[in-house]
Amino acid sequence: MLDRVRRPWSDHSAERLLGAVACLLAVGIILMIVFIVRGAWPTFSHEGLSWLGSGGSPDSQLGAMAYTSSKPPPSAFVVHAWPLIYGTILTAGFAVLFALAISLAASIFIVDFAPPLVRRTMKPIIRLLAAVPGVLYGLVGILVLVPLINKYLVTESEQQSVANVIQLTGGGLGITIVLVTLMITPIMTALITDALESVPRAWREGAIALGLNPLRATLAVSLRAIRPAIIAATGLAAARAIGEAIVVSMVSGGNSFAPNPADGKIFFFEPVETLGSEIVRVAEDLGAPAVHSTLYAFAALLLFSSFALSLSAYLVKLPLRRYQVSS
Amino acid sequence: MASAEPYSAPSLLPPRRRRRGRRSSLRSWRLRDQAVFVLAWTVGIGLFAVVAALVGFFAVRGAQYLRPDLLVTHPAPSVSQAGSGGFLDAIEGTVLLGVIGLLIAAPIGVTTAVWVVEYGRPRWLSRIVESTVEMIAGTPDIVLAIFGLALFELGVFAPLSYSEPGGAFGRSFLTAGAMMSLVALPSVYVATRNGLVATPRQLREASYALGKTRIATIRRVVLPGIRRDIATGSTLGLGRIIGDTAIVILVLGATLRIDTQSSTPLLGLLRGTGSTLTSYIYGNSPAGEGGAPQKASAAAALLLLIIIGLNWGVGRIGRIGGPPLHEPKRRLGA
Repeated sequence: MLDRVRRPWSDHSAERLLGAVACLLAVGIILMIVFIVRGAWPTFSHEGLSWLGSGGSPDSQLGAMAYTSSKPPPSAFVVHAWPLIYGTILTAGFAVLFALAISLAASIFIVDFAPPLVRRTMKPIIRLLAAVPGVLYGLVGILVLVPLINKYLVTESEQQSVANVIQLTGGGLGITIVLVTLMITPIMTALITDALESVPRAWREGAIALGLNPLRATLAVSLRAIRPAIIAATGLAAARAIGEAIVVSMVSGGNSFAPNPADGKIFFFEPVETLGSEIVRVAEDLGAPAVHSTLYAFAALLLFSSFALSLSAYLVKLPLRRYQVSS
Repeated sequence: MASAEPYSAPSLLPPRRRRRGRRSSLRSWRLRDQAVFVLAWTVGIGLFAVVAALVGFFAVRGAQYLRPDLLVTHPAPSVSQAGSGGFLDAIEGTVLLGVIGLLIAAPIGVTTAVWVVEYGRPRWLSRIVESTVEMIAGTPDIVLAIFGLALFELGVFAPLSYSEPGGAFGRSFLTAGAMMSLVALPSVYVATRNGLVATPRQLREASYALGKTRIATIRRVVLPGIRRDIATGSTLGLGRIIGDTAIVILVLGATLRIDTQSSTPLLGLLRGTGSTLTSYIYGNSPAGEGGAPQKASAAAALLLLIIIGLNWGVGRIGRIGGPPLHEPKRRLGA
């Protein structure tokens, strides 16, 4: 056996063997998508697309499903997931906006303004931030930040004003956005920094020679050149943001409430639940077929959204290759 | 006789008054530009502060609560933090899961990258393979987790986990490791692909000129040359496995202790359930049911230490053993 491995391989069979492994991997991943869609099928066939709509609380709907029989009637599949979808869009949207602003400023700083010593320390720091497990952010959030918010930012009267609908405990939309922003900023900064560094120096120097100050030169030339890379980084970060489950489930308040912007300041303290965190919360009841199908529908929605986001990131990046500016 | 003073000709050049360009002095900038400049610095320092705060917080908590005996005692079910033991099982689970995940991901990732870069025919097929890997890189871990749970509950996969006549349980080190390999795969793949693409053409041509076949060139020349890229990718993948929580909670079971499923030495362990540091932290934080925040903080300090170590390792790997085969392109993004 070992002897066969050691002997020279024939080129032809090697190509076949390697190709087979690669294709098996691709087939496996495609089967995964099929499997998820098939699992979600009962929800789609009974509910159509109306399960994406609003009406009632997904928490109680999923809770009711857990007690349905193993051969549930079509009525058992009723779910209205809009609060979760809205929560996902809300957290991911805000987080991506903040992260975009932060990472643009940070990468301009790293590439064009930081002194060499600072630049050399910033890069490992970004790498480390990107590698920190989400659960650590969640732990800091739930042990430190949530109690702080509850103590200093939420007043007694505000808690009273909504007491018959929801509890304000400090955890909620605001802290969720902050933590998700923290989680996606390093990745975005890394991608944008890479792109900025690959812009030919002469372009920016030419602009400076023409009389722009260094900052204007960066904004006018470098940033403009890497616009597709910025959009791509945003897409990838957004894909990550919508799929973040554990951290959200730790600090989001644990109630599939749809925060209402009309509530003013309390908006950011209202509990929220995303598709991912709802899956974490309900996964124990996966044995019930109705829950099973509903969670698979959530997973399919997440899968296709993140796929669409990373695909658009890829497509947007294509024209960059023309200028030999990699990203 | 007067000593000969060396004669210096008066300089024809005007005295150097302005070394820097007119616009490079910050004072001459417009106010808005100055504000943006200050903002960029603030953000840079802010990121630094975040890391410092995070590391500092866990360093303090670690110093407070992380005692050596926690590392070597098994966790115990108890309502009080004093009686709930250490997290030996979580450490073992982390190591075991990392090993299983990497053992699956590394060969597949390297093989796939070699095929796509070196052969890649027919073109459309390699495009499909590439985009599926890209897709798995973008898939949220919670989706992988719920997929794994439902997949391994199928009867076909019953031998991989604890099973009874009614059906498979779906949760075990093997099944969670299989899912974790999908988490680590993109890192290995991307690192290997980048290494292969960056390998100089002359190296391959020299090998062909000596009469080596294509696969022999890959095995004896190209792959040894990009060992470091593969090691870097694997380490990054390992970091992602260690840091993942969702798959552990759903597919590994996140039980308090490692529960072996039979008395068979290795197989029983692999088919058993357990926990990792991440799930231990989650379970003992106020979000889980454990309610031992001090233990969670101690475990978190340890986890952060491991991650910092891995990160440092990634930096070191690039430098061991002489100059690299190809000019390494240090990129920040994976």
